[in-house]
Amino acid sequence: MSWIISPYDEFAVEEALRIKEMQKGGTVTIVSVGGAKAAEAIRTALAMGADKGILVNDPATASCDGLGIARIVSTVVKSLPFDLIIAGQRAVDDENFLVGAAVAEFLKIPFTSLVIRQEIADGKITCHRTIEGGTAVVSSPLPALFTTQRGLNEPRYASLPGVMKAKKKPLDVKTLADLGLDPAAVVKPLMQVISMRFPEKRKAGKIIDAATPRAKAAELVRMLHEEAKVI
Amino acid sequence: MSQDILAIAEYANGVFRKASYEVLSEGRRLADILGVKLLATVLGNDIQGAASRLAEYGADRIIAAEHPLLKDYLPETCTQVLAEIIQKETPALVLTSATTQGKDVAACLSARLYAPLATDCLAIHFEDGKPVATRPMYGGKVLADVRLDATPGILTLRPNAFAIRKIAGAGTMELYPVALEPPQTSCIEMQMDASGKVELTEADVVVSGGRGMGGKDFSVVEALASALGGAVGASRSAVDEGWRPVSDQVGQTGKVVSPSLYIACGISGAIQHFAGMQTSKVIVAINKDPEAPVFSRADYGIVGDLFEVVPLITEEIRHLKGDSQ
Repeated sequence: MSWIISPYDEFAVEEALRIKEMQKGGTVTIVSVGGAKAAEAIRTALAMGADKGILVNDPATASCDGLGIARIVSTVVKSLPFDLIIAGQRAVDDENFLVGAAVAEFLKIPFTSLVIRQEIADGKITCHRTIEGGTAVVSSPLPALFTTQRGLNEPRYASLPGVMKAKKKPLDVKTLADLGLDPAAVVKPLMQVISMRFPEKRKAGKIIDAATPRAKAAELVRMLHEEAKVI
Repeated sequence: MSQDILAIAEYANGVFRKASYEVLSEGRRLADILGVKLLATVLGNDIQGAASRLAEYGADRIIAAEHPLLKDYLPETCTQVLAEIIQKETPALVLTSATTQGKDVAACLSARLYAPLATDCLAIHFEDGKPVATRPMYGGKVLADVRLDATPGILTLRPNAFAIRKIAGAGTMELYPVALEPPQTSCIEMQMDASGKVELTEADVVVSGGRGMGGKDFSVVEALASALGGAVGASRSAVDEGWRPVSDQVGQTGKVVSPSLYIACGISGAIQHFAGMQTSKVIVAINKDPEAPVFSRADYGIVGDLFEVVPLITEEIRHLKGDSQ
């Protein structure tokens, strides 16, 4: 089993690379918090074409919640010159839609979520953001942070030469102490998972059997009306 | 410190979202359990008149924040005003809907106030006085109970997962004095789909088409959705083929829907698709392949050609609705 970059983070890496190509310059830095699996994910992004990686690998981060992760990431980013941060819209494990917004909040920079298209010109970024029933177009000065939405791009695959080159690209590994962070302050979660269970599995219901398609349709509508009472 | 519950309602284009009434109703239920007040707040421009309607869903106090800069949603302006209101009112819980705007502003508030956030909640209860929310994780494969250990606890509620109850509250109206600097971000335009279209995540009925549609022509699915007053969805493969926009996608990497009735037409039923619709009350599958996995989890199935069967279902529904009028 190989660990993958979450799909939304993959959109983020791809968009960063495209922006670098369009602007004909810049550095794409991948920042992550985690252990060996996160290092593997950074290597994949480096193989796609990113320039360097920073991994915060500290056993103390294992109990971090989204806010703790965001504190760590924003501390790392503060030490770098940057114009733009691109983040996945949500983690595909806890699905809390929190880290991107929180990093922007801690850095006090403009935040736009669920972006399907962006343009950068004259120190400003214009983002097309998906909302219920349409798209909102918003413009912010850089530096800014946006999160990705499906539809933004089609991530490239890492080429074999890319994989070879990635092995030589810099990957800094830091601990919380290196960042000057007190583990007790960032690690204590405000929220605890107290139990997990599988949702009740839906069971196979009735296959409607009737002589003709018309009879099947009529029987379905009767059942939805009289038995399930949903129409 | 008060222990009240604050419900944030979303108002746009002259109406409150249906999901906001769900948030108010759940807020009222929780306030009754705790024996506290339900505060409702709404942000916008010229909203005082509409805001009084929130009393019908149990609000004891209604805080209306009016400002021209609050006309269109922006995280910066809304977070500032809501954070101020929360700091002033010190509620134990802040509830809003898990819409794009609700999830956004809840995340910003969580960071600004350093308060715990549980998003996309399906149920809420208390254990030893602390709020515990049930929410999906790992693409809906797991349901987790999470306990919020600090106040205010911020919760976003999945649309269609909570019942709407009309209960009159005192509804005392208060105007919040908004002071805003011009935000860094500006809203350039809103590109909205054709008006009258039912929003997928809030629809009571969703009819989706998949690979079995065979092309861009979704007219049979659209006609059935229209007969039921519902919305049209699509599977990932239909979106990947370019037959439908990404905004119609139901599933793990698309939208999560919880309608009363979900009808899957020509969808084989990949696990990722179920992640987006498994909390629907009733699932119907129509597929010509009797072995399609979708039948193993649908409440009702029809094995047949969707292009033949779906128009007949539409006809039967029109007939039923015509008769009952």
